[in-house]
Amino acid sequence: MTKFIDLTLNGISTGAIYAAVALALVLIWRSTRIVNFAQGAMLMFTTFIASAVLNGGGSYVLAFVVALAAGLALGGVIERVVVRPVENAPPLNAVILTLGLYTLLVAIAGMIWGNTPRSFPAAFSLRGYRVGGTNLLFTPNDTFTVLVVIAVAVALALLFRRTSLGLRMRASAFAPEVARLLGVRVGRMLTLGWALAAMTGALAGVLVAPSVFLGPNSFDPILIIGFVAAVLGGLDSPPGAVIGGVVLGLALSYVSGYEGSALVPLAALVILVVVLMVRPTGLFAATRERRV
Amino acid sequence: MLTIEELTTDYGPIRAVDGVSLKVPEGSVTAVLGANGAGKTTLLRTICGLVRPTSGRVKVEGEDITRWAVEEIVRFGVAHVPEGRGVIAELTVQENLRLGGLWRGREAMPIREIFDLFPRLEERSGQPASRLSGGERQMLSIGRALMGRPRALLLDEPSLGLAPVLVAQIMSMVRRLADTLGLAVLLVEQNARSALSIANHGVVLNLGQVVVEQEPSKLVADERLLHAYLGF
Amino acid sequence: MFGRVRAVLRAGTLLRSVVLVVVAGLVLLFLTDSLSAYRDLQLADGAYYFCVLAGLTVLAGASGQISLGHGAFMAVGAYTAAKLSAAGWALTPELAAAAVVTLIVGIPVGVAASRLRGPYLAGATLAFAVGLPALADKFPSAFGGENGLAINPPTPPPSLGPTFPLERWQAWIACIGALVVVFVLYNVVHSGVGRSMRAVRDDEIAASLSGLRVGRWQTLAFVLSATAAGLGGGLLAVVSGTVAPGAFPLQLSLTLLAGVVIGGLGSLVGAVWGAALLVLLPNWTTDVANSFSLSSNVSHNLPIAVYGLVLIVAMLAWPSGIQGGVRAIARAGWAGSAKLRPERRQA
Ligand SMILES: Nc1ncnc2c1ncn2[C@@H]1O[C@H](COP(=O)(O)OP(=O)(O)OP(=O)(O)O)[C@@H](O)[C@H]1O
Ligand SMILES: [Mg+2]
Repeated sequence: MTKFIDLTLNGISTGAIYAAVALALVLIWRSTRIVNFAQGAMLMFTTFIASAVLNGGGSYVLAFVVALAAGLALGGVIERVVVRPVENAPPLNAVILTLGLYTLLVAIAGMIWGNTPRSFPAAFSLRGYRVGGTNLLFTPNDTFTVLVVIAVAVALALLFRRTSLGLRMRASAFAPEVARLLGVRVGRMLTLGWALAAMTGALAGVLVAPSVFLGPNSFDPILIIGFVAAVLGGLDSPPGAVIGGVVLGLALSYVSGYEGSALVPLAALVILVVVLMVRPTGLFAATRERRV
Repeated sequence: MLTIEELTTDYGPIRAVDGVSLKVPEGSVTAVLGANGAGKTTLLRTICGLVRPTSGRVKVEGEDITRWAVEEIVRFGVAHVPEGRGVIAELTVQENLRLGGLWRGREAMPIREIFDLFPRLEERSGQPASRLSGGERQMLSIGRALMGRPRALLLDEPSLGLAPVLVAQIMSMVRRLADTLGLAVLLVEQNARSALSIANHGVVLNLGQVVVEQEPSKLVADERLLHAYLGF
Repeated sequence: MFGRVRAVLRAGTLLRSVVLVVVAGLVLLFLTDSLSAYRDLQLADGAYYFCVLAGLTVLAGASGQISLGHGAFMAVGAYTAAKLSAAGWALTPELAAAAVVTLIVGIPVGVAASRLRGPYLAGATLAFAVGLPALADKFPSAFGGENGLAINPPTPPPSLGPTFPLERWQAWIACIGALVVVFVLYNVVHSGVGRSMRAVRDDEIAASLSGLRVGRWQTLAFVLSATAAGLGGGLLAVVSGTVAPGAFPLQLSLTLLAGVVIGGLGSLVGAVWGAALLVLLPNWTTDVANSFSLSSNVSHNLPIAVYGLVLIVAMLAWPSGIQGGVRAIARAGWAGSAKLRPERRQA
């Protein structure tokens, strides 16, 4: 029973991270109908930058902020420079382009920082809370993770729902041509959408790095799992992405706890295939998915 | 106000607009009539920058806007209500309206005035635009275009699929807007009689070319001509 | 009347493919004779890459799908070969089994894939590429865990003489495998089956309206390409002597994608170029890195960077999309390539 509780708690904190990755994918999918397969490499890259700040003597807070800022910049630049030309091309072009970006970023990171994984510090203690004489598998750092992801999700929701900038971004995503006819500078909105998505991804990178170590390929499973979470939530819905992330976090935590961590990627695959076959619009999507 | 000089637009080998020249003065309505495929939509899309012309110029108040980006043309005061009522179905009625005025910042028209113009929209303001009827969507599109206080309004077949009563309502509304706001209206229609009933000028387009330019009253009386180019 | 014309045409394809394979085989035979042991091994590497790329190319060219999961199919073939080799199987049945087992694994994956499009298909096959090799960690006793399985090197038959180099024998094995793949794929592509697949690729809706079972053709193309990848994986095991999960990372599937894109997605000749790139690029970049005395970090990652750039540049330079590119290449390539192929293979 304590094991079950532990796995549940653990699932919630990893689920929060998956939710952030899924959110990053969904933001980009909504605005440009592209699944950003480079996301895993982008968040790897920004986490390396944070690590460099720490190694240079910077504080954790500084490294955290630098990682988010680097994500913002990286996402914006990538959209402007390489993604813009394929936005109106057939979907397969964007798939291959983002995979190429993934490959290139992994290679560049390996060139700069080497391929040996290194450790990355956590923001808070990694010792589980003591409850009734036993240590829970839930740490102050997990609390931090969950709270930060909630804060970012709420901030994004407020941005999209309550501000005129968010209104412009949503209009650009839903109907780019009509939005332009209403004077919305759609190109800028798409760039901003990518930037915000990459920032959310960067957040996930910094949060997950302490538990997976930091290397050019460390985050490959996270990307796959984030994609599965996004599809689970319908790919089009930010709240769906968050729910999908947490549900998947729990499911994979149980798989890992009871069957071994080697099965986690396979379990993610099985969940993905089942969802795609049974309910391709996602489990939580309210609106019908527009398939491209 | 809105001046079009020798505008020509091609889709690859297809010439959709062929040397069209037009003037739409302030406070007036110019009706552009033509059969399916005459090039009406293409003309409007070229004016607002969605399609690039092969040659020719578009001027607004003397400023040559031909090569500007769509967003900048709109921000210069040219509002386009696209064919098939381009409301954004995922947004609410109110959000659609707000969006139309955002680029004007504080000088945007207060939503109140649009609601006074179209009371139906106020009743539905919190609902997603996907739930509106065809006529309500048309009202929303026009109201949304007005939010930015444009100088020129391009309307693409506002009567499409609407009941005659609604068509009449919308037409008289367009006339009123031209008169009260001093808008220059370029009204594309297949419904010749309704459009001509409120227009100051009438233009007939065929295969991308202006074939007739006449007083609306004379045009409406010319059965033979309407039959030849519009099929009735 | 029609039946006879068709029969002659079929025989034509079959005959052409036999000539092609024989000529290519002879060229390879003389080639291996003059190569150093190291070059022989490279040729063997190129041959098993070719198997996989040829399969992927037919998949893209014939049904318009891409797969990022073929690294995992290679793993299936490689582990099958290694297990059977340990059980004492002879080389030929062992490789045949590698292909057959991958074919069987490919069927459910192909059925699922035929129902997915674009990014969904890419994501699902990507998950497959990451998920399947993890099984080796789950069952270390069967698959050797991280360290994988060793496989006994094949021994050259005594009839070739006591000094016949092992590397050349491995090159022969891999090249024979590649020729089998050429023979099968060439005949499929030029048959009614290939025509149906291309019809599906060009316009799914039109194809289904004219009575083609779209999903079935896509599944068939997928399974065929998976089988080729399985054989390629089996050859990899035989050539490299070990099989470990580390040999099939996500990067392998992306590298294969770069190879297919370079080859131009759709022609078997292209697959030769792609395979040559995958084998030679790491050497060239090492040379470049050495001559500029770059660090080992840089030289290790340079080929990967090139693959990434290849993918990006190809997509930016090819805005009409792969489909358009495939069709353009198909028009120019399929017709002329038949007689060009033997010469080009030499290059
Ligand atoms: N995107 C396009 N690509 C190629 N040709 C087009 C395109 N859009 C329109 N055309 C062609 O240009 C010509 C003019 O079309 P346009 O849509 O401007 O006509 P229209 O007068 O608005 O017709 P309708 O009354 O049916 O709306 C037609 O021959 C049409 O086939
Ligand atoms: Mg039209």
